[in-house]
Order: sequence, then structure tokens, then C-alpha cells
Amino acid sequence: MDWGSIIESLFRGLIGESFIVFALAAIGLNLHFGYTGLLNFGQAVFMAAGAYGLAMMVATIGPAANRNFGWDLSESTLFWLGIFVGVVVFPVVFALIMGIPTLRLRADYLAIVTIAVAEIFRIVVRSPTPSIKKWTNSSDGLTGFSGTFYDMSPFSTQDRYLFNLFTGNQMFLVIVGWGVLAIGATICWLLIRSPWGRVLKAIREDEDAARSLGKNAYSYKMQALILGGVFGAVGGMIRAIGFSVAQPDNFITDVTFFVWVALILGGAGKVLAPIVGASLVYGLLNFSDTFLREGVAAEVIPESIMTGTQVGQVRFMLMGLGLALLAAFRPQGIFGNKEEMALDDR
Amino acid sequence: MISVLLRSLGEPSNGRATHISHQRPGRRPTWLTTLLGFVAAFVAILAVNGTAMAQNGEETVGGTMRAKDAAGEKIFVEGVEFSVVDVDGNEVGTATTDAEGVWLVELPGPGVYSVLLDTETLQGFELRNPDKNPLTGVEVQPSTNKNTLFPLGERVVGESNSIRAVQLFVDGIKLGMIIAMCAIGLSLIYGTTGLTNFAHGEMVTFGAMTAFVFHVTWQIDFLGTWMTSLAFGAVMAVLFAGIAGGLFNRFVWKPLRNRGASLISALVVSIGLSIFFRYVFLYQFGGRAGFYRDYRIGQQVEFFGLFTMLRKDIFIVVFSALVLVGIGAALSRTRVGKAMRAVSDNRDLAESSGIDVEQVIRYVWIVGSALAGLGGVLFGLTENINWEMGFRLLLLMFAGVTLGGLGTAYGALLGSIIAGVFIQMSTLIIPGDMKNVGALMALIIILLVRPQGLLGRAERIG
Repeated sequence: MDWGSIIESLFRGLIGESFIVFALAAIGLNLHFGYTGLLNFGQAVFMAAGAYGLAMMVATIGPAANRNFGWDLSESTLFWLGIFVGVVVFPVVFALIMGIPTLRLRADYLAIVTIAVAEIFRIVVRSPTPSIKKWTNSSDGLTGFSGTFYDMSPFSTQDRYLFNLFTGNQMFLVIVGWGVLAIGATICWLLIRSPWGRVLKAIREDEDAARSLGKNAYSYKMQALILGGVFGAVGGMIRAIGFSVAQPDNFITDVTFFVWVALILGGAGKVLAPIVGASLVYGLLNFSDTFLREGVAAEVIPESIMTGTQVGQVRFMLMGLGLALLAAFRPQGIFGNKEEMALDDR
Repeated sequence: MISVLLRSLGEPSNGRATHISHQRPGRRPTWLTTLLGFVAAFVAILAVNGTAMAQNGEETVGGTMRAKDAAGEKIFVEGVEFSVVDVDGNEVGTATTDAEGVWLVELPGPGVYSVLLDTETLQGFELRNPDKNPLTGVEVQPSTNKNTLFPLGERVVGESNSIRAVQLFVDGIKLGMIIAMCAIGLSLIYGTTGLTNFAHGEMVTFGAMTAFVFHVTWQIDFLGTWMTSLAFGAVMAVLFAGIAGGLFNRFVWKPLRNRGASLISALVVSIGLSIFFRYVFLYQFGGRAGFYRDYRIGQQVEFFGLFTMLRKDIFIVVFSALVLVGIGAALSRTRVGKAMRAVSDNRDLAESSGIDVEQVIRYVWIVGSALAGLGGVLFGLTENINWEMGFRLLLLMFAGVTLGGLGTAYGALLGSIIAGVFIQMSTLIIPGDMKNVGALMALIIILLVRPQGLLGRAERIG
């Protein structure tokens, strides 16, 4: 067994791209669930919104607009436009679709509808119907939108950085990601300390009481849904840039559940919880994944018990089991306060 | 106020008080046992790893003939004849596709072969690449099965739109009844315990796979060949799913209720279990789709020149109609059925009028899961068996149940059938591969217009 690669993979999980992506998505989910009490099980669709907003703008919509309207938008203009579309336009649209029918209803209706919207988006995007495939390229996904980003990289593509953990491009992505994460966490912290954030918490604790004090709970919940969605979209965009592809199967429903595990492990309702949660989740996952893979490859684990392809499935099993056990036995997570935030019934 | 009332409806607020009085002083070990049980089950699953779909060690060439029918649904083409010729031009074998479109020719050894498809037997379909028939230069490595591909285009015969609508309506009724059978449990569990059980879809998969294991993988027949029939597999599926439902209630949900866990954390637990079991199924059975063996009643029967049905589909429709009518009668006539509806309607009132609520919940879990298992077998019979079939169906169940009214038993029936018809009929307008989108969109629109569902009471749910 190659312990070097196991340790390396552990550290990549703790601080690498996946951690950044899922920490950002979990900050968004924390705004939804931890502070406002919204049961969003479609965070994946917000992530997909970020990825596809950027990818479609650069790879399909932008060039089509250039062709049809005779515009001359350069790729880097389209890139910045795409960031706007992916971070603002798409998430707002999805949040409105999810929120308008359900935010007046009991919490579990939102849960059902968010999953439904995530599935709708995934099915539509991967549809081979020509009129849709033209824009989204079906299950192969869109590529060729991350060039502008990597062109800005000051790191050499030849070298490896940070104790050989990252290539130059990865290093650039990770540093930008850390920056975005720091800004995001600060914004979240400031928002929650503001009067606006206090109203969100009031809605979480007792929506009727908040309403009776003249607060428009529906509107506040919608704002929280949109804002949390924006964080998810930033995460999804970083994921797409990291893979250099926006693919429907990178945003399956299970992705949402990973975000949930990260949030609940950290402790919903605390600013730093999603970050620590995502780091631990990915550290542990990468460790167990590489450990099992190395074990299978070195035939320490016999093939009759586990084959290479099954290792990837164990990760999901652990994730599901972890989510169930956490929710049942320690709903407040590591940092959470049981009185304040115990996944309580709303 | 109403929300408080509703909350007390779903969440056993006074039920919690009674349970606490029953509790033993040492309640920590109870959940510790549950935790250990989970870990043990997990280790056991990893240790007992059966690969369900094994291959034999000889060289074969084969394939699956798939096509899309008028509704855009994948179907398998039966009765297509193939012959395989070696490099010297000698025919080494022939085969005909079965009801699942599968054909297989055993070869004398590794080498290069060519495969010829008899276009006369194509049942009205056309080859997409006619020049690739015969398929030459098929290289077969030692002890492998070489898969060949003959893509099919649209069926040549056209149909008018109104006839297609009738056909889709009938298909929709069939799908709707399967959804209904699976969804009754979902709705009753919600009604009696307030739990939105996201793991219900896995019970559907579990049923389908139990039947598959008895019918295809193990084929135990020490009491005669009837033990390998699908009917016996289905009985076993119902039995095992019912037992599993009972065990879940006893060892997961009842302890959670007794600890006074909130509905939200119970919901998250159900989601966790759903992921866990879905990937256990994938681990055990692999990502490939399975089919029930020799269900070869693939003949089509035509009705009034309006629509055709496979004979197995006629069976499914009649059988599920009988089951659903039986369920409806049981809910309205029997004591247990009435008690189920009473608890769903108003738990506190039911309890105070002397109904043993915990017992009713137990029955709901057992019956609901057994029905989900049966629904899984029927669903596996119409489409295929795979690890995420239940999860796919779950969203359709939610659509149906919400349409009919969450928590109402008859609402689940009605809503699911409407959802099924809607899904199939929507392919008149949208492409077949996106038909589930229609149902999910309908779910969102229903919540906008009539959030309590068709048969739900008009009250504020929020």
C-alpha cells in the first residue's frame, strides 16, 4: 500500500477543490436551513445553475448571439457575462420556481419540490432532443469555457505546488476558491449579525411570531432561498471550472446530500460549521476512498469482498449512513447548539 | 394556531408524553444498539458480496435489440433472427431474440466472426445503418462475451394522433396503478406518523430485487419448479418487503419517535437511509439492468383497433386493479383499515377514542412496505430492474400523492393514476425521454393552485 498517496489524497480532501465547492454550497444551505429553516434538497440544481450559466454563456449562447445578431463579444467578455448569468440570473430563476409554490406551505413541501426541480433540470439538460442538445450538449456536457480563467493564472502549468499537491492550474483555482470562500463566509457572518439575519432566525424559531410582528416571512424566506442559491451557484461554477466541463451527472441529487452531510456534521446555524464540515467530510472520504483503492490494488482486500468499481459505491454508502446517524443521534453536529439548532420541527 | 394543531397531528406531541412514561431508565443503550446494528449490517453487506449477474467462461457473441415505441419508450424487439459466420464462411450458430430482446450465440472458440441479421424478422423496424449488416470483423477474445450493436430506427408504421392518445392513455393507467400501489404506503406513513419517507422508493427496489433473486439468481427448486416462477418470487418480495417494513418501524422509526426526534430530523434520517440502501443495491447488483427470466408472453393483443397491449401488461392492469380495489375495500370496511384512516385523519382523536396508535402504525408500515414491494415487481416487469428504479419512482409517487392530497389514502390512489396518465400523455407534446418532467412540473403547478391536493381538506398548511 502506498501510504504517501493516501496521505496526499487526505490533504487534497481537507483543503482542495472539492472542499471549496462543497463548503460554498454548504454555506448557502446553512443560510437556507441553518438560519431560515428551509428544507432545500435541491442545492445541486443551484450548483448546476452556476456551472451551466457560465458554460452555456461561453460555449453556446454567446457564440450563437454573436452569429445571429452580428455582435462581436470576445471570449473573455462572455466569461464575465457568464459569471453574472451563472451566479445571479439562473439561481434567482430557480429560487423563484422553487419558492413561489412552496414557501407558504409546510416545510416538507419545499423538500419535495426542490428535489423535483433538481431532477427536472438534470433530465432536461441531458436530453438528446436536438433543440435542447444544441444548447447543453446532452450527457457529454459543455467544455471550452474555462480558458479565460486559466489564462489569468500566474502559476506555471509545468510545476507542482504546495508539497506537490496541486498542478499550476489547480493551485490557481484553489487560491481563488479560498479567497471566494473567505469572502463568502464573511458576508454570511455580517448578514447574520444584521437586522435582516435576526429576522431570518426569528422565522426559523417561530414563523407565526415573526409574522405577527409585521415581518413578511414569505419575502424573507424567498430572499434567503435566493441568496443561499447564489452561494451554491458559485460553488458549482468552481466545480465546473475545475473539471473544465459542465456535465449533468456532476449535479445528481446525491450531490445535494453530500452538502447536507457537510452542513450537519459541522453544525447547522454556525458560520464556520459548513467550512469545517466540508473539510472533514472530504478529508475522510478521500482517505477512505484511496485507502480502499490501494487496499484493493495491493490485494490486501480480496477481490471477493470488493472490486475497484465498488470502492466508489462505498463512499456513497458511508455518506448515507453518516447522514442518517448524524440526524438521529447528533443533529446539532460538532459546533451546533442543541437548544438553538437541533433540526427542530417547523 | 392551525400550524400548531397540524404539528400536533403529525408529531406525536401527547404521544411523546405517554411514551416517555413507558421508557426504561437506560435509554442510551437502545440507540447504541441500533447504531451497532447499523455498523454490523454494513460490515455484513461488504462481506457477503454476491455478484448477481455472473458470466460463463466461454466465448459468446450476442446483443440486445432495443427500439423506441410510439411513446418514445424503450422496448425490446422479440423474434429477430441472427446467424454467425466464421472467417471461412461456415455458419457456427443462429439465435433469435427473446422477449427481452436478448440473443446469444455460443462460439467454438476465440476469433473473428461476422454477424448477419435477418431483416425479414425485424417486426416493422428498420436498421439505422443497413450497410452494417452483416456486421463483419467481430473480434472475440478468449472467454468473453462480445456485444454487437444493431441500432434500430423508428418503427415504419405510422399512427394517427388520436389513436396514439388512446394508446398512451391505456399505458398511463397501467403506470398510474403501479405508482398508486407503491404510493399508498408513502401516503399512509405520512398520515399516521407525519414522516415524509424518502426511503420508500428503496422498498420498491428491494421488492423487485427480491423477486429477481428468487426468480433468476438462486432458482431454488427443492419443492418443485414452481419455486422458480415469478409468481413465487413476487410472493417472496411481498413477504420480505413487509418484514423489512416492520423491522424498520421497530428498530429505526419507533425508537426515533420515542426519543421525541423532530419530524425534520426523521426526514433527514430517511434520506440518509435512502442513499445508503440505494448504493447497497448498486454494490450488490451492479449498475446493469436486470430482467425477469422467461417472461415470454410477449404477444400483443389489439383492442377495438384502438390500442394494443402486451399480454403481461393486461395481466398487470387487471391484477393491480384487483389489488387496489381490495385495498380500498379494506380501508373502508375492516377495523384495521378504518383505524388507519382515523389515525391519519386525527391522531389525537383516534388515540383518545381507544385506538392503539402504535399498533396501527406498525400495520401501516408492514402493509405499505409490502405493497411497495409488490409494486416494485410489477414495475420491474414492465421496465427493468436496476438499483435506482425506486428512487426514480419515488418522485412520481410524490407527484401522485401530492396531487391527491398528502396523507389521504384514497387521494394517493386517485392522484397516482392521474399522474401516470399525465406522464404518458405528455409525450404527445414533449419528447419521450423527458416525460417525467411533465409529472414533476404538474406537481409544482398543483402546489400553486391547490396545495392541499384533490382530496385534501382545504386548510392552511403552513
